[in-house]
Amino acid sequence: MKRRVAVTGLGAISPVGLNVAECWSNTVAGRSGIDTITLLDPTPYTTRIAGEVKGYEADRFLDRKLAARSDRYTQFAIIAAREAFESAGLGGGAVAPERLGVIIGTGIGGLGTLETEHIKALEKGVDRISPFFCPMMIGNMASGRVAIELNARGINFATVTACATSGHAIACAMDAIRLGRADAILAGGAEAPITMMGLGGFCSLKALSTRNDDPKTASRPFDRERDGFVMAEGASVVVLEDYDFAVRRGAHIHAELLGAGMTCDAYHITAPAEGGEGSARAMILAMEDAGITPGDVDYINAHGTSTELNDAGETQAIKVALGEDRARKVMISSTKSVTGHMLGAAGGIELIFSILAMRDGIVPPTATLVNPDPACDLDYVPGEARKADVRCALSNSFGFGGHNVTLAVGRR
Amino acid sequence: MSLENRVTEIIVNKLGVRAEEVSAEANFQTDLGADSLDLVELMMDFEDSFKLKISDEDSSSLKSVGDVIKYLKAHGVEE
Repeated sequence: MKRRVAVTGLGAISPVGLNVAECWSNTVAGRSGIDTITLLDPTPYTTRIAGEVKGYEADRFLDRKLAARSDRYTQFAIIAAREAFESAGLGGGAVAPERLGVIIGTGIGGLGTLETEHIKALEKGVDRISPFFCPMMIGNMASGRVAIELNARGINFATVTACATSGHAIACAMDAIRLGRADAILAGGAEAPITMMGLGGFCSLKALSTRNDDPKTASRPFDRERDGFVMAEGASVVVLEDYDFAVRRGAHIHAELLGAGMTCDAYHITAPAEGGEGSARAMILAMEDAGITPGDVDYINAHGTSTELNDAGETQAIKVALGEDRARKVMISSTKSVTGHMLGAAGGIELIFSILAMRDGIVPPTATLVNPDPACDLDYVPGEARKADVRCALSNSFGFGGHNVTLAVGRR
Repeated sequence: MSLENRVTEIIVNKLGVRAEEVSAEANFQTDLGADSLDLVELMMDFEDSFKLKISDEDSSSLKSVGDVIKYLKAHGVEE
């Protein structure tokens, strides 16, 4: 029999808040975190809006040396991991360091560090590259740094699947706990992509919304007027724990992580497969793994990027996975409508929102949806949050490369 | 600014320590908490600020703040 997996800690920093409580209240209220870019001069770019973490000064959260030695993505990971760890009450020897793991991924890694050092190398010479360049840039350093911060000496690695990164991190952590490899694991993702190459690269892909004059409604998942995703930054981390271990130590259990489904489209490097074939299979596998049926699912936190292809394809996928009839009864929303797309950190914060929806009996809205696309004809909870009983939820994440992951979560 | 003060300023910025801790006797690793990577970067900062080249051999012998000041003076850096 599979061991059960409890979610006992939550941590997040995002364009809509510096902690989970702020992120959740703003998301429920539909307050957008998207605005004109301030991290760099956006003038030369076709897209000049993004979801930046507001009011963020690294020195307020981290000691100066730690901040200076950590790429922005790692800084966010440390902050979210600390919140998750503390909220789980794991300090003070509650878990043996050797039984505490970390699996925090990133879609891109330390892009800002790479750019700064590359410019320095070109201008001043290659012998001026900082000795911290490699350790700051690499995509596994969030997991490494968080382990140092929290003395987590168990299983530790990072996942890299673009926008599905934190979904995979959490799925891998769940499997590791089921196999008894750890008692507790901090799992999630972090991203800091608002840099010259990050922004310029996604502009060239024609993947981003160019609604520069109306940032608050630029991310419009499932809307007829949607014109691309809005890039965002931040981190999201959950604490997963062996259910019995959590009960024994008297931890507060937010939810039970019931299962995961992971597939690949094997179709195109950026475009989803026709009809959302790969993502439908991910949802079906997640429900099977969780031992639930479509009738048990009350809410789906959609990947819902606000791109032409994703939102229509995901809608079809949901119909395939749940059956047309159940698909029409389930509440679906994309919280990217207010957070923007946090890439490697998206799946984690969206699982957190799914858990809080169950806890509070409130489904967060697709805040910016006004005119649904005819190809998107399900209930996307447009405009305002809705009071509703949520027993089980699915959280979808799909990444460039054709990676699909669905997490299934239920009330404890 | 005196040479000592300039050196202290660089160390404070790089290692995140307080100026009071940066005495001539202070050892970078045991007193000021630097690791081997910090030291590489610190030497780069001294090179850039004082316009000289510190060889790997020399840098491995510079263990304290006083060592660096003595080294800089010996290599023609003015007060």
